[in-house]
Amino acid sequence: MKPTDTSNPEYFHKVVDCQWACPAHTDVPEYIRLIAQGRFSDAYIENRKSNVFPGILGRVCDRPCEPACRRGRVEERPVAICRLKRVASDHRGDITDRLPKPAEKSNGKKVALIGAGCASLTVANDLAPLGYDITIFEALDTTGGLMRTNIPQFRLPPEVLDEEIGYILDLGVDLKLNHRIESMKELLDENYDAVFVGTGAPKGKNLEIPGRYDSDNIHIGIDWLESVAFEHVDSIGENVLIIGVGNTAMDCCRTSLRLGAKSVKVMARKPRGFFKASDWELEDAEEENVDIVVNHSPKEFVIEDGKLVGMTFELMEYNIDENGRIDRGTVIGEETFPCDDVILAIGQDNAFPWIERDIGIEFNEWDCPVVDEQTMMCSHDGIFFGGDSAFGPKNIIWAVAHGHEAAISIHKYCYDEDLTDRLPVGINLSSQKMGMHEWSYSNDYDPSARRLMPHVDLKERFKKLDIEVELGFTPEQTLQEVERCLNCDIQTVFAAKLCIECDACIDICPVNCLTITANGDEADLRTRLSAPAQNLEQALYVSEDLPQTGRVMVKDEDLCVHCGLCAERCPTGAWDMQKSTVLIPYAQDEAADDQTREAPAA
Amino acid sequence: MSYISKPKVAHPGIPRNKLGLTVRDYEGVISTLCAGCGHDSVTAAIVQAVFELNVEPHMLAKMSGIGCSSKTPAYFVSQSHGFNSVHGRMPSVTTGANAANRKLTYIGVSGDGDSLSIGAGQFVHAIRRNLNMCYIIENNGVYGLTKGQFSASADIGSKPKKGLPNQQEPIDPVSTALSLGATYIARSFSGDKEQLVPLIQGALSHDGFALVDVISPCVTFNDHEGSTKSYAHTREFYHHVVDADYIAPAEEIKTQYDKGAAMPVELHDGSKIILRKIDDEYDPTSRAAAFKYLRERFNAGEIITGLLYIDDSRKEMHDLMGNIDTPLAQYPLEKLHPGKAELKKILARYR
Repeated sequence: MKPTDTSNPEYFHKVVDCQWACPAHTDVPEYIRLIAQGRFSDAYIENRKSNVFPGILGRVCDRPCEPACRRGRVEERPVAICRLKRVASDHRGDITDRLPKPAEKSNGKKVALIGAGCASLTVANDLAPLGYDITIFEALDTTGGLMRTNIPQFRLPPEVLDEEIGYILDLGVDLKLNHRIESMKELLDENYDAVFVGTGAPKGKNLEIPGRYDSDNIHIGIDWLESVAFEHVDSIGENVLIIGVGNTAMDCCRTSLRLGAKSVKVMARKPRGFFKASDWELEDAEEENVDIVVNHSPKEFVIEDGKLVGMTFELMEYNIDENGRIDRGTVIGEETFPCDDVILAIGQDNAFPWIERDIGIEFNEWDCPVVDEQTMMCSHDGIFFGGDSAFGPKNIIWAVAHGHEAAISIHKYCYDEDLTDRLPVGINLSSQKMGMHEWSYSNDYDPSARRLMPHVDLKERFKKLDIEVELGFTPEQTLQEVERCLNCDIQTVFAAKLCIECDACIDICPVNCLTITANGDEADLRTRLSAPAQNLEQALYVSEDLPQTGRVMVKDEDLCVHCGLCAERCPTGAWDMQKSTVLIPYAQDEAADDQTREAPAA
Repeated sequence: MSYISKPKVAHPGIPRNKLGLTVRDYEGVISTLCAGCGHDSVTAAIVQAVFELNVEPHMLAKMSGIGCSSKTPAYFVSQSHGFNSVHGRMPSVTTGANAANRKLTYIGVSGDGDSLSIGAGQFVHAIRRNLNMCYIIENNGVYGLTKGQFSASADIGSKPKKGLPNQQEPIDPVSTALSLGATYIARSFSGDKEQLVPLIQGALSHDGFALVDVISPCVTFNDHEGSTKSYAHTREFYHHVVDADYIAPAEEIKTQYDKGAAMPVELHDGSKIILRKIDDEYDPTSRAAAFKYLRERFNAGEIITGLLYIDDSRKEMHDLMGNIDTPLAQYPLEKLHPGKAELKKILARYR
């Protein structure tokens, strides 16, 4: 293999699995260290830089970081990253003077943002301080979009939403509530310099089976949750069936229990392991005695005298092949469940009835706009998309990531710059050596197991709809959980020319990541290491030829616990522990006066 | 040394031996030697060797004297027996232990100072007795613990960090052992575990005195230009002459060997050592030929490594003396102790 090019920011960025997996690239190890030092406000600000809504995301983020966490490969369970984010938010001091400031003067550019959800709010957060005149159009009479209408209050209290959304509105954003945009054409006539569409995926999927329209007790999940949020609905029947087993289904079943349902069943078409819901949301629902019934495919609603009395399902059987893929299944029977209400939570679609199809916005075969994944611009110049409205339903953190990218594009568009000539991601490396055996980070491995989130008592929590179930980590739990972080951003950096091949690093490495061996191609090298490197998603770090024997040092990045012992045992300082800071450019960086860039290589 | 100990976390796919133990179970406390010390690599080689040999930790006794090398036993197999003796006296303490219990596996770790100066007499007599032990010399040519004075194994012309080059003849433990009739003599290099691990395994399985002389550079006082025991010098001048593969009892020989070059030697416990001659002329079963070859190569400035001499036919100490098999601790007291009356008779013979 060729020596690893560590000057490419991507290399060390990838080693920080959590940060790499996060669409917004939040610097997770950094904020966990700040929490460990009791610097909660600093940790909050570090979060806010990239993900804008630490308090919200600390409760309801989809947490792509956690399955990626290296700790989950070294032992079973990842660091409770999301819970720690909430700790930063819960315990922060007054940070208002550290938030972005309203612009001192306008730059004369007008930008319209459609929808007051997380994507639009991120765009506003990035552009308002630069002097843009931002107008947000929102159809409902409140902000937050699906964060407010679809996530129940017992998971995400409205005060948290209000506070973090308030930080953005305080930048001088013109918010127009109860202002549904009915025509893109008309909006374009108002001569905005750019338009951003952050309208989400607001249409719940329907289930066209017999009996669907014969009762008022069959609800579409996200619409029903919205009605509950706005207090248009405050009760439900005793027996409730939820169709679908995604995260919306989990919110529907738990909300039903709080509105008077006695028995709630979540009806799943497929077996466990093929559910769309996140594991932790499933756990929380099952803790509340929600019954999850597998292998039942909806067939028809049973209506008697105009009243919904039950629902019939086909009993399914599936074959799962050795790759874990499931087939379409065969019907082996039929079963009817009595019920008073049915809630359909089988997915969401985008819907753009308000965008005329003749104004130059190209739509694809699924009737969604064609959006560039880098610039977030559609085929009509100056119209940008983000969040669920761009590429279909994802989650909040993706919407935030889209918002940041769209903000950069909008800025460049307004200043007639090339949208694709964006500032590159950078990386800083700095040694963490403090003394002979001292590092600036907590390098010892803490074998503690993952802390569990304390919950409100099972009886207590159903008394009101808005009792937040999760209590947040206690200080003791926080102290233990932060030590579980492996500090993956403290990189092992190797200087081949200093190595005397004494093997000290190889002998001390607790997880056998290091090998000195003859070079070879990657497939071959992976079999010849101290421990076979079987995780192909994790890179091999290959050095230049070593001075004494011409062999190479190979590090398998997969299981490194970043304990720094290789660097401590190295007599020549060939290994060093260096903190990598990934530099993600935002709109304000693109707008900075001193922005200089090297000419692209010819 | 390090302030944190080696984390207990291990690679999830870490292999287990026949006892269900992992290599991590054979580790000791974290080393307090200088970072980069060759001795730590020797420690790692010992750990690997006893792990692969399925040695039960409580059936292992690790013995040492004084010096950097003699700290080594603290760094492997924490759950075995150990004795850190007086300077140079490891061989006689091991003799005593072995006399009382021949069932244990004895591994002595010594250095060039401990074995070739203050303990030279002890060293040669342990060989003469053919004491059943694996005797490892971590050979770096200097007294590291007292700031790097030359030891008895320093080569003529080797330069110290400060001061004048060495002028005195070195004592070569391999030639010494050969002249004294040791029955298993090997030399290796701390930076070459592929060679060192099977040599230690052979030495542990060999019935009788087994010497493994390991060039183990002192990274602090003897790893500079002009030193003949540095990592760089050793790598430049060392040659494999006879490599050894250790094959456990009842294990199949999986590697294909060339007929001429491979010599299988069966040990008393049923294990085999396959000698692979790199230099065809070399005969590791002839003392005279080995001696001649080693002197010639030594004079040419080469460092000859491998299993240099083996003779598995000679009796070890207990068999020479006709001792019983049972460890004395397990032998009934009435048989071990002749009784007052009998003792009186014995004493009377000396009056």
